[in-house]
Amino acid sequence: MGKKSKGCACKQAELDCVREILEKYEGRRGVLVHILQDVQKKLGYLPEETLAVIAEGVGLSLAHVYGVASFYAHFYFTPRGENVIKVCRGTACHVRGSKAILEGLEEELEIKDGETTDDLKFTLETVSCVGCCALAPVVVVNEQVLKERDPKKIVTTLKAEGKEKGE
Amino acid sequence: MSKNVKKQEAGNQGHGTRKPSAQIIIGLGTCGIAAGAWDVWTAFEKELKKRKVKAELKQTGCIGLCYREVLVDVVTPRGKIAYGNVTPAMVSRIVSSHLIADKPIEDWIVLGDGYETSDTDFLARQYRIVLRNCGQIDPEVIEEYLATGGYKALEKVLREVPPEEVISIIKQSGLRGRGGAGFPTGRKWEFTRRAQGDKKYIVCNADEGDPGAFMDRSVLEGDPHSVLEGMLIAGYAIGADEGYIYVRAEYPLAVKRLRIAISQAREKGFLGKSVMDTPFSFDIKIKEGAGAFVCGEETALIASIEGRRGMPRLRPPYPATSGLWGKPTCINNVETLANVAWIVSNGAAEFAAIGTEKSKGTKIFAVTGKVKNSGLVEVPMGTALREVIFGICGGIKDDGEFKAVQIGGPSGGCLPAELLDITIDYESLTATGAIMGSGGMVVADQSTCMVDLARFFLDFTQNESCGKCVPCRLGTKRMLEMLTRITRGRTRDDDLELLETLARDVKVASLCGLGQTAPNPVLTTLKYFGHEYDVHIKERRCRAGVCTELVTYAIKDNLCKGCGVCVKHCPVDAISGARKEVHHIDESKCVKCGLCMEHCPFDAINKV
Repeated sequence: MGKKSKGCACKQAELDCVREILEKYEGRRGVLVHILQDVQKKLGYLPEETLAVIAEGVGLSLAHVYGVASFYAHFYFTPRGENVIKVCRGTACHVRGSKAILEGLEEELEIKDGETTDDLKFTLETVSCVGCCALAPVVVVNEQVLKERDPKKIVTTLKAEGKEKGE
Repeated sequence: MSKNVKKQEAGNQGHGTRKPSAQIIIGLGTCGIAAGAWDVWTAFEKELKKRKVKAELKQTGCIGLCYREVLVDVVTPRGKIAYGNVTPAMVSRIVSSHLIADKPIEDWIVLGDGYETSDTDFLARQYRIVLRNCGQIDPEVIEEYLATGGYKALEKVLREVPPEEVISIIKQSGLRGRGGAGFPTGRKWEFTRRAQGDKKYIVCNADEGDPGAFMDRSVLEGDPHSVLEGMLIAGYAIGADEGYIYVRAEYPLAVKRLRIAISQAREKGFLGKSVMDTPFSFDIKIKEGAGAFVCGEETALIASIEGRRGMPRLRPPYPATSGLWGKPTCINNVETLANVAWIVSNGAAEFAAIGTEKSKGTKIFAVTGKVKNSGLVEVPMGTALREVIFGICGGIKDDGEFKAVQIGGPSGGCLPAELLDITIDYESLTATGAIMGSGGMVVADQSTCMVDLARFFLDFTQNESCGKCVPCRLGTKRMLEMLTRITRGRTRDDDLELLETLARDVKVASLCGLGQTAPNPVLTTLKYFGHEYDVHIKERRCRAGVCTELVTYAIKDNLCKGCGVCVKHCPVDAISGARKEVHHIDESKCVKCGLCMEHCPFDAINKV
C-alpha cells in the first residue's frame, strides 16, 4: 500500500527465502498454513509476490492461497510496525475498561485499530483474549504484557526506548 | 531466550554437589510473567549470590491465584510457605528473614501450613483433579510429573487393561467433554474405536478461544504431561497411533512447554514406537492456530489442521467416522484429557462419586471481571454459583453490588442475582439459557451495562463468523446493528421484537455451534435484564453510564464552587457560569467527552 520502498534486490532475497521454506515442506500434505506462518515469521508479513510463489510451489491457485491467508487473523498483507501494540478486548478486559485504552492509543498514535503508522514504528491491534484476565485490562507490546495502562505513557515510553536504540 | 539461559544456570547451581535444603519456587505461568515474575527471579538470583545463601531457584506453573501473582513459594525444613504479590523490592527481606533467620514474614504470607489468611479459603474450598499439579511441579521437568505418579496410569492400561475396558472405565466415570457441549467422552471414544479405518487420530482441542477462559492455557503451561498422558491413553483405547494438539497461537508459552514435554516423553520412551516396550506406538504433533475463533468447532479445526480455511461443515458424518484426512478422529478438549489419567489411577467409581447425577467430576472456572479474587477455581459439578463467586472468589471488588455473571463466553449467557443459587452442571445451566461452555465466568457489577455487554459479544461473534452460512453471517450482523442502535438511542419501533425473533432464528438455523449459540447473550439479557433495554429505548438513558450517547453530564448545584476548571477543559465551550457561581452545561453543545467530570476538583459533575 504505497510502502514498497524495498528495491529489487531485497525482493529477490524475499523470494529466495520463500523457496527455501517451500523446499522444507515439499511432499508433505496440509502444510499451507505452516508455510504461510514460516514466511511471515521471516518477512514480518506476506508480500503479494510471495503468495504467487507459494501458490505455484504447493500446486494450488493463488485464489486458494489468498483465501486461506485472508481467513486467519494472524496473517498480514502489509508491513507491520517495529512495535506491535495489542489491546486485549476480551470480556474481562471489556468490563474493566479496555475500550478507553484502545481509544486513547488510537488518539496518541493517530491510527485506528489494525493500522500501522507511516514511519512503520507502531502497529495498533486488538486481540480477543490473551488469557491474563486477572490483570485486565491488558495491553501487550511486542509479546510482553504491560503493567502500564495510561495510553500516553505507553507511547511516550516506547518512543523514548526507540530513540535510545537508535543512538 | 536469554531468560532461558539464565534459568538453566540457576538450575545448575542448585543441582550442585550438595543439594540445598531450601527451595524458592516462582510461578512462571503467563499471568505470573505478565505480573513481573522474571524481575522477581532476577532479584532472587542476585540476592542469593550476594548473601551467599544456598537455595535452589525453581519454576512452576500457575496455581490459579491470579490475583496474587507474582507468587513465590519458599520451601525450608519448616515446610512450604507462599508469598503473594511479590515485587523485586520484597526479595531482600524474604531472603534475610525467611531463609537466613528462619522467620517467615507473616504479613506477606498467602498460603502456608498453620497460617490462616484471607486466601486460605480460595484453595481450601476447591476440589482439584485437573489442576492437581498446576503450581506444584516444574512443568519443564518430566521427573517431577513422574514423582506425582505420572504415566503410571498409562503403564497400567498398556500392561493390564484391554482397550475396550479402558473405554468402559471412562464411560462408567461419567466424564463429559469440557470444551462446551458436554458429550460423554467414553461414547466418543467408543464410536471412534468402532469406526472402520486403517488409520485413526486423536486430536487435542487447545484452541481456547473464549475470551475470559484460560484454564486450558494454565493446564498446558503448568502440567503439560497430564494432557499428553490423557492423549496416549485415548490413543490406545481407540486404536490411534498419531495425535495432534491444535493450540492457539496466542499461547506461546503453552506451545513451548508442550514441545519440551513431548521431547522429554519421547526420550523416556512414552512417545514413539513401542511405547514402554509394548506393541503400542503413538506420536504427537503440535499445530499452531492462526487466529480464528471458529476453529474451536471440531470440523473447522480439522479443516485448519489440513491447511485449509477453518470453516465448519455439516455433520454427519461426524469426525468419529470421517475426520482428519477422512479418517476416524476423536477430538477432546484439554481439560477433558487432563482428567483421564486421574480416572484410570483412582477408578471410575471415585470420579463418578463427585458431582451430580448427570454431570460427574469437577469443572474449572476462570473467574474474572469485577470480582475480588480473580483466578482459576476447580469445584465439583453441582456447586452453587454463589459459592464460586462469593464463597471462593470473595464477592465483588471494591464492595460493589453484584449485577450479573456471564458464563460460557460469547456462546453463553448473562445470569442475574436471582439465579445465584442454581447449581453448576450442564443441565441446569442450559435450562437458564446460558451454557457451561468452556467455563469462563465474567462477573459484572453496576458499572456494566447489559445491553452494551450483549452488543460486545455480538460484535465478537459477528467478527468471528466464518461466513459460510447465511443465518450466522447476516443474522449476527443485523443483530449487532440493532443492538448498536439501542445503545445509541436510535432505536426503531420494531427493533426489540425483531431482535428477539432474529435471535431465535439464528439459533436454530445456523450451521455450527458458533452461530447456534451466538444469540445466547442477547436472549439471556433480554430475559433477565429486559428492563435495561426498556430504559435504553423508552427513556434513552443508560443507568450504568456506559452508552456514551445516552449519558448526560450535569453539575450538582450544591457542590459546584464556580472555580471554572471545567470551563477551561471543555473542548466545545458547552459550560458557562460566572466565577464563584454555579456553572451549567448546555446539553445541545455537549459532546459527552467527560473531560469536565474528570477534571472537576470538587466531584460536582456526574453522569445521569
